[in-house]
Amino acid sequence: MSNSNSLYINPYSLRVNGANREVADSQVSESLLFVLRERLGCTGTKNACTEGECGSCVVLVDGVLTCSCLVLAATVVGREITTIEGLGIAESADEKLLDERGGLLPVQQAFVDEGAVQCGFCTPGLIVAVHDLLEANPNPSEGDVREALSGNLCRCTGYGRILAAVRSACEQMRSPL
Amino acid sequence: MSCLQAAVSAVEHTSVVIDTKERSRDRGVGADVSRPDGVPKVQGRFAFSSDLWADNFLWGHTLRSPHPSALISNIDIGPALAFGGVHAVLLASDVPGQLNFGLDHQDQPVLAADQVRYVGEPVALVAAEHPDIARRAAEAIVVNYEVIAPLTDSEAASEAPPMHPDGNVIRRLGIRHGDLSLTGEVVVEGSYEVGMQDQAFMGPESGMALPEEDGGVELFVSTQWLHVDRSQIAACLGLAEEQVRITLAGVGGAFGAREDLSLQVHLCLLAQHTQKPVKMVYSRDESFLGHVHRHPAKMCYRHHADRQGHLIKVEARIVLDGGAYASSSAAVIANASCFAAGPYKVLAAEVEGLAVRTNNPPCGAMRGFGAVQTCFAHEAQMDKLAAALGMDPVELRLLNALAPGDRLITGQVITGAFPVAEVIRQCAQAPSPVLPPTNDYRDLPGGSGRTTKAEDTVRGTGFAVGFKNLMFSEGFDDYSSAACRVSNGVATITCACAEVGQGFVTLAQQIARTELSVDEVILAPAQTVTSKSAGSTSASRQTWMSGGAVQAACRKVREQILSDVGAKWDVSPDGLVLRDGMVVCIDGQRQASLAQLTAEQDYEADVVFRHVPTQTLDENGQGNIHVSFACAAHRVIVDVDPDLGLVRVRDITTAQDVGRILNPTQALGQIEGGIAQGVGLALMEEIVLDDGLVRNNSFTDYVIPTTLDMPEVTIAAFIEEPEPGAPYGAKGIGEPPTISSSAAVAAAVRDATGLSLERIPIRPYDIALADH
Repeated sequence: MSNSNSLYINPYSLRVNGANREVADSQVSESLLFVLRERLGCTGTKNACTEGECGSCVVLVDGVLTCSCLVLAATVVGREITTIEGLGIAESADEKLLDERGGLLPVQQAFVDEGAVQCGFCTPGLIVAVHDLLEANPNPSEGDVREALSGNLCRCTGYGRILAAVRSACEQMRSPL
Repeated sequence: MSCLQAAVSAVEHTSVVIDTKERSRDRGVGADVSRPDGVPKVQGRFAFSSDLWADNFLWGHTLRSPHPSALISNIDIGPALAFGGVHAVLLASDVPGQLNFGLDHQDQPVLAADQVRYVGEPVALVAAEHPDIARRAAEAIVVNYEVIAPLTDSEAASEAPPMHPDGNVIRRLGIRHGDLSLTGEVVVEGSYEVGMQDQAFMGPESGMALPEEDGGVELFVSTQWLHVDRSQIAACLGLAEEQVRITLAGVGGAFGAREDLSLQVHLCLLAQHTQKPVKMVYSRDESFLGHVHRHPAKMCYRHHADRQGHLIKVEARIVLDGGAYASSSAAVIANASCFAAGPYKVLAAEVEGLAVRTNNPPCGAMRGFGAVQTCFAHEAQMDKLAAALGMDPVELRLLNALAPGDRLITGQVITGAFPVAEVIRQCAQAPSPVLPPTNDYRDLPGGSGRTTKAEDTVRGTGFAVGFKNLMFSEGFDDYSSAACRVSNGVATITCACAEVGQGFVTLAQQIARTELSVDEVILAPAQTVTSKSAGSTSASRQTWMSGGAVQAACRKVREQILSDVGAKWDVSPDGLVLRDGMVVCIDGQRQASLAQLTAEQDYEADVVFRHVPTQTLDENGQGNIHVSFACAAHRVIVDVDPDLGLVRVRDITTAQDVGRILNPTQALGQIEGGIAQGVGLALMEEIVLDDGLVRNNSFTDYVIPTTLDMPEVTIAAFIEEPEPGAPYGAKGIGEPPTISSSAAVAAAVRDATGLSLERIPIRPYDIALADH
């Protein structure tokens, strides 16, 4: 990339999934979604509408569910960003849990087991959104779940298996392995 | 639905209701096996076609026409070339091979040269070091257009001056069946309309092309049919097919929209010109302009019946708006026409089908492929007829339901399984859910808008049945190919079938486990370099066609293994079986491990699998043009706020003809997902056109069902009547859920409101501003 164009800005650092990541050769107009995907290799965060309607790009910024397509990357310097790659229990001290679940969160395992994944493009955003919901409310009603996930579009499943997966994850979290 | 219970009292229970947890616990056919790509997908590690990366790659961008119809007098690319970081700006004159492409008919320019025929038609390409530079450079290209008044009325198109050198009529076909002088004592008529639906897959068009040293190109792309992409790309690039090497990149849904080329040739052209890897990712607004849509339809119907309700004659005129280019319109109008009378016996039929060109966006394949549009019309007609006869609508459908041995309006006799009456009975007799009045705003029309009180709503129930063909029809040489190798007890399946989310990757592994008694099955990437064509992932055909190819390849390998072992043991191969990873002699004396046998020697086989040949239609629209059929029924309950025209779907119950279930959870997922697309078409999804301009090409303005719009789907029954000729008797199941669900939702809203509602999607003002 050439730095001759004045739209490029000075290098900065983002804190992503607990690590400081240098962002170089970036244009000021780049969204957090773009920087995550194209500059930091975090392609698990998806790009389906880039206007905050579909939820495929959601990440946590200081623990708040955020459409990364609507945030300029340079405005979240110093904030704690968690993407789909940062979820899971890959770094859990509990090796028994790691073995049994292969590093997956209960909600991730439930999505696989219940058939909530088809093409999978909406899946990372949904996993982040469900994770955020269950952190705040481990025992949501059906209506709570539907409302919390209404900002995540899925075109393959009709949502039936996704809702089943959320129910299953809630049960598992109440009575862990 | 009052006479419903009487109508369904004498039920033959040929169906099997499957408890997914009770099914076989092995991981073969019929088992509830999880997707092999499920774990990487939930971790965000699965690479979609928009996730590709290469050293020093460039970003491609497409300049598109802002006009539905215009002549191009001049293009100045100078301003684009002046941008720093721009590596190529290409026009139609840079296309080295065939200038046009197309699925059936090569009528669509790779890049517009002297004329544009729809909004969004590609005019120029840019490759640059940053996507924003590519976009801004493309916008800087100066195109001088001489705007022409667009042709946007499909009904006027056939008589209008040609807007394309091939004329405005893509296909006109007539079906004349039986004694057309027959008339019925009861006659009902209606005019129906279906809006333009978008497939709205989540993963936008994207891919990466890399130049190759031999002058060829390597392409990673999301598509539904690798080999038909390859032949079109090679022709446009002036290359041999072998010089275009395509690998399927992760596909974020398809639903028909990836059957035509979008950015494939463009990416390859840019890679060839720059000699660098080039990546393109459409934005959502561009995606809406960059692929074909479901055809808008205008349909006039007249049904004749006798006093007892037997259908005597169906007359229909169907006009599909194909938009500017042909795509698969010729096949879509054939389907719409052939299935125009629905899954019913009828003595006589006269159908005129017409697919035309206009300056609206091109239309082609979408889930249901022509059957969706006519199902909406024929099911509305059946309800009208039931009302005119004073009959229960379900009873009327049962009375006329097609069965094996009956003839379609194309004269074709139905062979194989076709349990129309059974899907109707099972769906209709399923207990209705208890849905007490609620004041949870999330269950009310208007939802979170909190517009509506429970006491202001009216409830309605609707019922509909639909069907369509499986696989390609009308004499098309339709085949799939697959290879199987077993080495060290591990099976490797190679097949170019495009996995677009439907679950072929799971089924291929299940089939190999069942046929070879192996545990580990590797599915090689889908590509064109070593694989022959698997055909299209469309027409509900891959479970049958590529599933059939995988099954046949595995069986060939099994025969070789058993033959070799039989020779070694001096027994007939018929006396040997594969079980639990062992070759076992049925005398119980000898056994050998498959892993050991295939460590000494690899076994491999490849096959080409075809379905039975089909005919073309004759001059009266008669002929055995289809291979097989599948049907489904839907019952829908809605609550409607008539003052605001808002609808909340409360329950959907379905029964579906599936042949045999190979994976219960995946089958359920296909059915729920297909129904959601039907709900969308009935109530909210339409590309809004204004004299050829697209007014809502975003997810803000083109809305699809969310978790708050979709109710629970109840499976009344999977009807398992094995289909002869299909692997394990399994039918494709992707399309039937989308066909009659829209019609059933519309019927329920009619039932609630008393309005005729002859157009979908039903817009709030169709209800609120109607003359009550």
